Amino acid sequence: MEHTLNKVFQGFYKDSVALMRLSRDLAAMDGVNEAALMMGSPSNKQILKDAGLLADNGAAAEGGDLILAVRAKDSDAAQNAAYTIEPQIMSQMRAATGDTIWQPQTIRAAAKANPDANLALISVPGEFAAAEARKAINRGLHVMMFSDNVSIEDEISLKIQAREQGVLMMGPDCGTAILDGVPLAFANKVTTGDIGIVGASGTGIQEVTTLISNNGGGISHAIGVGGRDLKDEIGGISTLVGINRLDADPATKHIVLISKPPGKNVLPRIMERIGQSSKPFTVCFIGATDLELPANAMAARTLKDAAQAALGGAAFEEPEISGTSLPKDRTGIRGLYFGGTLAAEAQLILLDAGLNVASNAAVPGSRSLSDDGNAHKIIDLGDDEYTQGRPHPMINPEIRREPLAAALADSTVGVVLIDIVIGYGSHPDPAGQLAEMLRTMQGTDCPTIIASVTGTEQDPQVRSSQINTLQAAGIYVAGSNADAAIAALNLLGINS
Amino acid sequence: MESDKDNASLLGGKLSVINVGLDKFATELADHDVPVVHLDWKPPAGGDPKLAALLSKMGT
Amino acid sequence: MDIIEKANEEAIRRMLGAEPVLINVVPAGEIVPNLQDKMILHAGPPIEWGRMCGPMQGAIAGITVFEGWANDLNQAFTMAASGDIAFDANHHHDAVGPMTGMTTVSQPMLVVENKTTGNRAYCAINEGLGKVMRFGGNDAEVLNRLAWIRDVLGPAMGKALRDMGGIELKPLIARGLSMGDEMHQRNVACSGLVLRAIAAAMAKTSDDGTELSEALDFISANDQFHLNIAMAMGKAIMDPVRDIDGSSIVTAMSRNGTDFGIRVSGTGDEWFTAPVEMPEGLYFAGYTEADANPDMGDSTIVETIGLGGFAMGASPAVAGFVGAGAASEAANYTHRMSEICATENPEWTIPSMDYLGVPTGIDVRLVVDSGIAPTINTGIAHREPGIGQVGAGVVRAPMACFEQAVRRLAEKLGIS
Repeated sequence: MEHTLNKVFQGFYKDSVALMRLSRDLAAMDGVNEAALMMGSPSNKQILKDAGLLADNGAAAEGGDLILAVRAKDSDAAQNAAYTIEPQIMSQMRAATGDTIWQPQTIRAAAKANPDANLALISVPGEFAAAEARKAINRGLHVMMFSDNVSIEDEISLKIQAREQGVLMMGPDCGTAILDGVPLAFANKVTTGDIGIVGASGTGIQEVTTLISNNGGGISHAIGVGGRDLKDEIGGISTLVGINRLDADPATKHIVLISKPPGKNVLPRIMERIGQSSKPFTVCFIGATDLELPANAMAARTLKDAAQAALGGAAFEEPEISGTSLPKDRTGIRGLYFGGTLAAEAQLILLDAGLNVASNAAVPGSRSLSDDGNAHKIIDLGDDEYTQGRPHPMINPEIRREPLAAALADSTVGVVLIDIVIGYGSHPDPAGQLAEMLRTMQGTDCPTIIASVTGTEQDPQVRSSQINTLQAAGIYVAGSNADAAIAALNLLGINS
Repeated sequence: MESDKDNASLLGGKLSVINVGLDKFATELADHDVPVVHLDWKPPAGGDPKLAALLSKMGT
Repeated sequence: MDIIEKANEEAIRRMLGAEPVLINVVPAGEIVPNLQDKMILHAGPPIEWGRMCGPMQGAIAGITVFEGWANDLNQAFTMAASGDIAFDANHHHDAVGPMTGMTTVSQPMLVVENKTTGNRAYCAINEGLGKVMRFGGNDAEVLNRLAWIRDVLGPAMGKALRDMGGIELKPLIARGLSMGDEMHQRNVACSGLVLRAIAAAMAKTSDDGTELSEALDFISANDQFHLNIAMAMGKAIMDPVRDIDGSSIVTAMSRNGTDFGIRVSGTGDEWFTAPVEMPEGLYFAGYTEADANPDMGDSTIVETIGLGGFAMGASPAVAGFVGAGAASEAANYTHRMSEICATENPEWTIPSMDYLGVPTGIDVRLVVDSGIAPTINTGIAHREPGIGQVGAGVVRAPMACFEQAVRRLAEKLGIS
């Protein structure tokens, strides 16, 4: 008879990615039907309960405890699985130098032992992230916060505090930065040069920095500010600090701003600050039109436009996608994106061509998904509804499996658009993972799949190698995310 | 080729990271010779967010 | 939080500015404040007879007979249970005692004076190893030894200390750290240094060669002789750190075999208690965890001043003894304790750790925030009275004590 077993490790913390790896190993064990390793927060316990994985002792666990939950074909199988995985749970990550050196547990101790440390990279669960950032800022450390689910009040107070301390507060919800040529969190190894970026969007920064690097230019620094920075409530605090820094940086000669359109109170302040600089700016507020720009700034509607403008305006070479056309009744475009800004860019390009677009992360002009069954659907798989209780798709590409299968089986869909984002932090072989997923799904008469690869040759996955893998799987590869959407329009016979 | 001084000016020194959270970030930085310390972090106050919030107001 | 930081700076200033000197040995009845007849002071936070553990009750019965308040152990037990004996915590009377920590009127007490602030602290003389009262021993052998300490050793030490002007303890501790002691489970070097310091004066002030020889022999044979001196020193250092408004520094940690209690500077005399934890350690041949008594004694005053488990890095040998791991891992314990302390002590340094000072000033905020509880090196008593030490191990102070203290301090400061 099926048996559910929980084991609670009190006061034992492991990060979400490590837990995901362990869960996968546990679930693969003999006789195990379902398994999960999660910290005992109320929301996680609910997830376990809903999955039929929560036992009484697991239900009594607290936020700082780790719950091992397994449902197996019988009690023996459950016990064996728990017993087998336990040594892997207990093994600590060795310090980066690989020795059994003492690992500090607090920022305070780490900063004391490493007086040269100048940046805290914070990716702990949201409810604890603000307190950790506060400690770092108090010590004069810059902060990059990957964590989200941090309150607006905390974000404002942290950003004000950081500004007063003279340090950068990048985030919350900042997944990408490049400082001193070093990719931080989800970022790419790009050529060093004189273009500086301030971005409220991770994949937006990734797309622009890699397009610049792949087309003969280079990046001085890319400063992430977190997705909410340019909302009126936050007031663009980190964006303004970032502009100040790049303005004062002798290595930076051109500055690019990337964000969704700012709040209407913030916008004029940003424009004023830009106007005070002697450096040229490219302003990419995705989808914004009719911006009143100072003389030293140029508007770019898409990420590709921004990269081109920063490099002097010449159009990038674009490989042609030819030799295919769509069946008559399959005229739908389905976008399945991991990058929120890449999804936004795609929506813009389709909207500009006059198409009906719906999205779960709708830009102005798009409808919400539930609204119009006939619209072309652009899905942001990094949105909350898909990431609830799971790591983000950049870490967990499995999230694309179900929507992709659904798209391929949907008889109205003619083109599927996909983003492949490589670089640090990303899956070691996203193209291979996608190709492998497709093998289990593809039959005859399937939609055409068009992808783009955001990355460089210097990234661990090697961009050209990823392109080859995709092409070998029958996927068409465009030169950029924007070009992929344009290619989809071409296939539909619509001139963009 | 840019000088170290130019790049260092943004951060005020060579990048040296304290990693609080996902260990993969630390591993990748270490693989590329960036000085990084990975914290053996646990949720403060045994995972009790209210006590953690109280503590952060008491300055740690 | 500025007020807390400033208060803690004052606390540290007082801790590091202390000048503890072992000046005398005096019968408790003549020097311990508010100590009466038929009153027994015990280790740990206050506790009533019904909740005391086996060894504590055994020791109480033994000392009751020793003082002549009962004719035999059975009568003693009856008196104790029926309220004929008053009990109180050593800490409430400027005193400390190891394990059961019995303090009564005729016990000779080591007197340590803090020359900077003028206050004094007291602790009985260490009885030695094996079957002793601090582990709950109470038979004739134990009582006879106590009588000899009262009549011979105590007075001899007192005379010598008065004659020589006392022994300065901070430099002695500094030397002991460089010789591999951590002053809780390992005191052999410091015990030797004490003997060296006091022997000549004892010889000079003695008028009985046999008694002198017995006394010197007793001190020489006891590797843990210095423990009680270190404890009185700890109390003398920490007492002036009490009652600094807003300070989150721990002024006392103590256990009675049932409850673990701490006191914090900014919350005054309040005890924050929680059930003691079981030590994890190594057992002498023939004994196991099942024989162990829960954690007990005022000796955690030693960790409170940065020694013991906090100074484990100075004492790799003790790491194996208490089952804390390989000798090479001893330093990690000190690193770990640094994460919960305000500073390090520049006068008490650990040579093998590049002269890192011992972690000083346990901050309850840091304890709760990091989840790191103070690590204590402790002896393990047999749960039955009268058998003695069965092992040594590492035990953690219960986190609940520190959580209570944080909440109470926040309340007092109006933080919510």
